[in-house]
Amino acid sequence: MEPAYSRPSPRFWLARQMVIGLTGTGLAVVLAGAGALTGRAIAEVAASGAVGGGAAAGAGAGALVALLLTATGWAIERGRYRAWGYLERDDDLMVRRGLLFRRLTVVPFGRMQFVDVSAGPVDRLFDLATVQLHTAAAATDARIPGLRTADATRLRDRLAALGEARASGI
Amino acid sequence: MGTSPAPPPPPPPPGRSPLPPLPAEGPPAPPSPQGRPELTPASGPASRPSPAPSQWPVPASVGALSGRWSRLHPLSPVARFGVTVGILVIPVLYTLANLAGGGGTSGPPAGRGGQTDALIDALVLGALVLLTLVTGVVSWLVTRWRVVGDELQIDTGLIVRQSLRFPLRRIQAVDIVAPLTARLLGLAEVRVISAGVGHHQHGRLAYLRNQDAAAVRAQLLALAHGLAAETPEPPALPLFHVDNGRLVAAALLRGPVFGGITVVVLLGLLAAVAAPTRDSTETVTSLISGLATALVALGLEAARFVNTDFDFTIGEAPDGLRLHRGLLQKRHETVPYARVQAVRLLRPLLWRPFGWARVELDVARQPGPVRQAEARQVARLLAPVASVAEAHWLVSRVMPGAPLVLGRGCAPPPRATIRAPLSYHYLRAWNDQRYLVTQTGRVRPSTVVVPLEKVQSIRLRTGPLLRALRLADLRVDTAGHRWVGEALCRDQGEADRLVDDLSMLARRARRARLS
Repeated sequence: MEPAYSRPSPRFWLARQMVIGLTGTGLAVVLAGAGALTGRAIAEVAASGAVGGGAAAGAGAGALVALLLTATGWAIERGRYRAWGYLERDDDLMVRRGLLFRRLTVVPFGRMQFVDVSAGPVDRLFDLATVQLHTAAAATDARIPGLRTADATRLRDRLAALGEARASGI
Repeated sequence: MGTSPAPPPPPPPPGRSPLPPLPAEGPPAPPSPQGRPELTPASGPASRPSPAPSQWPVPASVGALSGRWSRLHPLSPVARFGVTVGILVIPVLYTLANLAGGGGTSGPPAGRGGQTDALIDALVLGALVLLTLVTGVVSWLVTRWRVVGDELQIDTGLIVRQSLRFPLRRIQAVDIVAPLTARLLGLAEVRVISAGVGHHQHGRLAYLRNQDAAAVRAQLLALAHGLAAETPEPPALPLFHVDNGRLVAAALLRGPVFGGITVVVLLGLLAAVAAPTRDSTETVTSLISGLATALVALGLEAARFVNTDFDFTIGEAPDGLRLHRGLLQKRHETVPYARVQAVRLLRPLLWRPFGWARVELDVARQPGPVRQAEARQVARLLAPVASVAEAHWLVSRVMPGAPLVLGRGCAPPPRATIRAPLSYHYLRAWNDQRYLVTQTGRVRPSTVVVPLEKVQSIRLRTGPLLRALRLADLRVDTAGHRWVGEALCRDQGEADRLVDDLSMLARRARRARLS
């Protein structure tokens, strides 16, 4: 039943994972630090001799929480990565996205006003780019992230050509 | 409630009367009388004729229209800055009068220092007044305009010179706006609205004499449509006039105003009941004065509504809908048919017992935030308040053949009550070859009619709850930015089908219009 949607490049998932990994590491450091301080404070209040042990246990707990959060984030992001897709049909482009809130946008080629390609710092690191479609309606939300730069440029040119061929004003 | 019986709407005509499309751009229409069909103003439902044509007789031509550079009316600075100057001048005069009168008999403690302070204040204000006056006069001196070839040219600015050129072919509408000060001086502003530009880029000729403004408008319209410059403004077929009594009643019955008034009255009653004990008199007095202030604020809010849409008259002309409205500030506006993106019919809770509805238009414009005041300057109304039958008739004039009463067959499946327990009763969606009609809302049910040829994109969205119920929300965007067509809580399979059907029908509608 599902038509063959084109998907973002696997590098997009790599880039996402790198961001998740970095965020997770940062989170782990912060939580482990906070956990260590809390553990030591508890050990001191309890007046037990093992202050160092309390700190270590706290740090471990913090790191574990960070790991769980990161793993959850990773799973959600993977689902979202897999949900992205776009399909060029005869007269329109369909873009779908979202895991929990699934969205599907249909933009007729004749309605495209302009197409732009953008790339953030992480995107550039992985040679990726985002193609965004604009129509006269502000609510139109058609964005295809995580394409290889060459593919993105090609897609943009093709869409622009199709748009011009079928332009129909407002 | 002060409503006079409105004329019953006649049976809807089969379609819009012979109105040839007048494209903003493209090959010039042949300069033949065919471009301006004669409309017989007898067949309209409104008994009142449109006031505009008779009000301002077209005088001999204005010099600028034949290519000579001209200034705006010499009183323009007064019309523009009169109020500001007036507000600034009053305290100055007051201070000066105090000083002249020996200073200190009635004023604040007037030692030497106090007098000097007052004098400085007066001087500063005086300088401001002078500055405003000079600005006004200079801006009048450096502004000139003319119509030459197929362009309206406006040169303005002292420090930053601006040469504005408005190609007549791109003109979509020419409006006349007369704020109170200008009206007192017999002046009006001509506003030229071009295709594909934002609000701040419209051409403004502020101000001209009333007759000149009318002449300029008529001639610009004629030239914009590729007709001889002398062609008079096309006659408008009056469609609908809003009874002012009903407008006032409707203004008072709007949710916030009515709610506010109810609260104030209840508090007042409470105060009256609590009044008897002697020591509470002071509290009660202050409470009452507070309530009075609130009442005035609410009254002003209602007055604003009445002021904008007072004497609302709408007519149909070959180049668009003609609107005349305003109490203090009069406006004569045109909404070209091609710019209408969608129509919405609103039935606020408190209006329902009286069978009233409001009909709004969504008009194409540039994306981006629009300030409130700016937004109010664009006519986007078919009727501020009308009976439901009249409202339906008006919608059918703009969107011929669109159904506004949707039966139960157009409702989402019953399981949608879980997602939308309150508004389920009002959720409807229906489409035919040309229109998508959707209904949403509970307190203020709104029916949106979207012509499929205007569709910019279609969106489908499901959340976790909707997916569990096998439902989906479908939204249809147009180039208007005020609302979208919303078919909420449709069955999943139906929604998927709708996406395909609507894109196909929209494509067909677009092609039909292009060919």
